[in-house]
Amino acid sequence: MSSRPPEPSLAPAGAPEKARLGIWTFLATEVLLFGGLFTAYTVFRIAHPAQFHSDYLQLNRLFGALNTVVLICSSLSVAIGIAAIRQGKERALQRCLIITLLLAAAFLGIKYLEWSDHFAHGIYPRTSIFFALYYTMTGLHALHVMAGMGALTTMLVLARRGKFSAEYSTPVEITGIYWHFVDLVWIYLFPLLYLIG
Amino acid sequence: MTERAAAVPLADRGYLTERGFRAWATTLDHKRIGVMYLFTTLFFFLVGGLFAIVIRLKLMTPGPGFISDHTYNVFFTIHGALMIFIFVIPAIPSSLGNFFIPLLIGARDVAFPRLNLFSYWLFVAGICVVFGSLLNPMDTGWTFYAPYSTRTAAAVTVLAFGLFMTGMSTILTGLNFVVTIHKLRAPGMTWYRMPLFIWAMYATSIINVLATPVIGITFLLLAAERLFGIGFFDPAKGGDPLLFQHFFWFYSHPVVYVMILPAMGIISEVIPVFARKPIFGYKAIAYSALAIAFISFLVWGHHMFVSGMSTVAGVIFSFLTFFVAVPTGIKIFNWIATLYKGSIHLDSPMLYALTFIFHFIIGGLTGMFLGALGTDVHVHDTYFLVGHFHYTIMGGTIMGLFAGLHYWFPKMTGRLLDELRAKLAWLFIIVGFNVTFFPMFILGYLGMPRRYAEYPPRFQTLHIVSTVGSWVLTIGIAIMFLNFLRCMRKGQPAPANPWRALTLEWQTASPPATDNFETIPTVTTWPYGYGKKGDAGE
Ligand code: HEM
Ligand SMILES: [Cu+2]
Repeated sequence: MSSRPPEPSLAPAGAPEKARLGIWTFLATEVLLFGGLFTAYTVFRIAHPAQFHSDYLQLNRLFGALNTVVLICSSLSVAIGIAAIRQGKERALQRCLIITLLLAAAFLGIKYLEWSDHFAHGIYPRTSIFFALYYTMTGLHALHVMAGMGALTTMLVLARRGKFSAEYSTPVEITGIYWHFVDLVWIYLFPLLYLIG
Repeated sequence: MTERAAAVPLADRGYLTERGFRAWATTLDHKRIGVMYLFTTLFFFLVGGLFAIVIRLKLMTPGPGFISDHTYNVFFTIHGALMIFIFVIPAIPSSLGNFFIPLLIGARDVAFPRLNLFSYWLFVAGICVVFGSLLNPMDTGWTFYAPYSTRTAAAVTVLAFGLFMTGMSTILTGLNFVVTIHKLRAPGMTWYRMPLFIWAMYATSIINVLATPVIGITFLLLAAERLFGIGFFDPAKGGDPLLFQHFFWFYSHPVVYVMILPAMGIISEVIPVFARKPIFGYKAIAYSALAIAFISFLVWGHHMFVSGMSTVAGVIFSFLTFFVAVPTGIKIFNWIATLYKGSIHLDSPMLYALTFIFHFIIGGLTGMFLGALGTDVHVHDTYFLVGHFHYTIMGGTIMGLFAGLHYWFPKMTGRLLDELRAKLAWLFIIVGFNVTFFPMFILGYLGMPRRYAEYPPRFQTLHIVSTVGSWVLTIGIAIMFLNFLRCMRKGQPAPANPWRALTLEWQTASPPATDNFETIPTVTTWPYGYGKKGDAGE
């Protein structure tokens, strides 16, 4: 039964398009997941403007800004890596993946410092609705960063085994799209939490 | 009824050839995964039904009964939560959808077979976690309304995580279907040549992908609230219980269409085959599925008319609710127009399909009472509502599921069902169902509230009628399931196309081979050209 000629409808040429549609559909789900949090943020912000203002003053904008820069750089390095593998430069891809992973780790490190600083000042999720949202939103985002790091690590292992080439780089591209999304969520979180009083 | 001699072995067991636990548990074949979903969900249908029987038994007497009031609360919560989250939501999409989407569009499998298997096991893992919560069972009703759900001692957090996992599985299945339908259609199958079941599954998958994450985040917030003592939803801590309801219904209203749309898809397949007529208004039915999916995201507020929402919002939501009835009405109109002057064959799938239409008209019209701001204030949270949603879900979706099971049984198992027993079961089910649930409309109108273990004695007569009905219904369902089990092994071998249908799944063997088609068919027309010259039925 296995010696059938391949049929046009299933030819592998369709695969990247299939994978792309898959990841974008998944991101639609993610948008709605975070959308719930953004809705809650809006509702509570309208309900307690004064409390939001006084709590926001306690956040450290330096940490937030630094992390924004770190994440944007990591998105850049993923993009460079994808461009590299499209031209068949395997070494360059590996290097870019490592840089991205390091930047992601730096992001989490800074987040860790920031949170421990809050804990030292007795600021916990139950302190106020603002901080409840702050911890939930940045926490959920951090979980996504970790998931992204898992995917990036897998890509690095596969790249080292020589799985990717100019002809085949679908998983890297998909991971890249996901990573840009994680970055994008932060770009919304940063102003909402750190910049607007 | 004449007993047949020993079972005739099938010439070719197709995708069922390989046996053993491993071959099933690690399969990437969408048909096997569909069958596993089917067994899992039907099993929980029976478990949930068992709880319903106990609930009905308790309601025979108005005073304190053989189970305590707390146990009663736990039982209706388990009944509702199992039926909704573990049975109806995945029942048709993940089982029949998984099995038949690739077959109906002429593909060899879904777009991501590995992901498909992963979703199944994620679903099972989620169910295990859900059952972990039974150590300290929930008593909040399946709706988890805050602030009670943030304070009760029951294992809300565990349950929330379990449902988060089953929800994730639903999302991944939906994603898989969207990509499959977009990318894997056989050559020549344009959008307007797709069977209507595919349109329905497409709309369903879109809702699953876009609505499920919202309940996901709601469960996460609820869990965070309970774990860290936050006050998102608890007014005592500055939270907003209405926000919970908005979140919950933003998911749960669209999801009632996840429950009904796939059944409507099945009905759209069954009616033309057994009326031997082209489906009337193909495009109208197809687009009304998408319209329902779209509008369903705008009407969630009709669950909150008496929750303290503003009157203006109430009027808007009420208006939009009437709007969603339009595409639904279009579908019913088109089915009936298809029946008109058809040459109707009353085989068991058709009986269930007609029963669907009959019940769904009642369920839909009573939904209009509930969607109208004024009348809802009177019947809100009464048995009127319980009657309404059982008419739509049990009387509609489940009848659609049964229609599909009877229709596709020969394809899935390679054997024919015993028609006589199937019809006998149908008779018990339709009588039992209506005797059980019709009195609930009257009870509710007279003021019997839902979720109450005890009630004023003047309601007792109708409650007894309803309970007796539930026994008749149980007998019918038992006959049906026994018929399935028996014919799975002993039924007559089925030909490839016992119903003389035109969709692609019937153009391949029963049961289909692992890769579905010898050669992928090329499609040249839509699949509803019944009643033309050369149709052997005329
Ligand atoms: C087998 C026949 C069934 C019977 C006899 C039955 C009976 C009942 C009764 C009497 C209640 C009201 C409990 C109360 O408010 O005190 C109830 C609630 C409910 N039922 Fe069923 N039911 C059946 C099947 C189903 C099915 C198939 C579904 C969905 C797929 C379903 C979903 C629900 C839900 C969601 C509730 C609301 C639970 C709550 O209030 O939290 N039922 N059922
Ligand atoms: Cu609704």
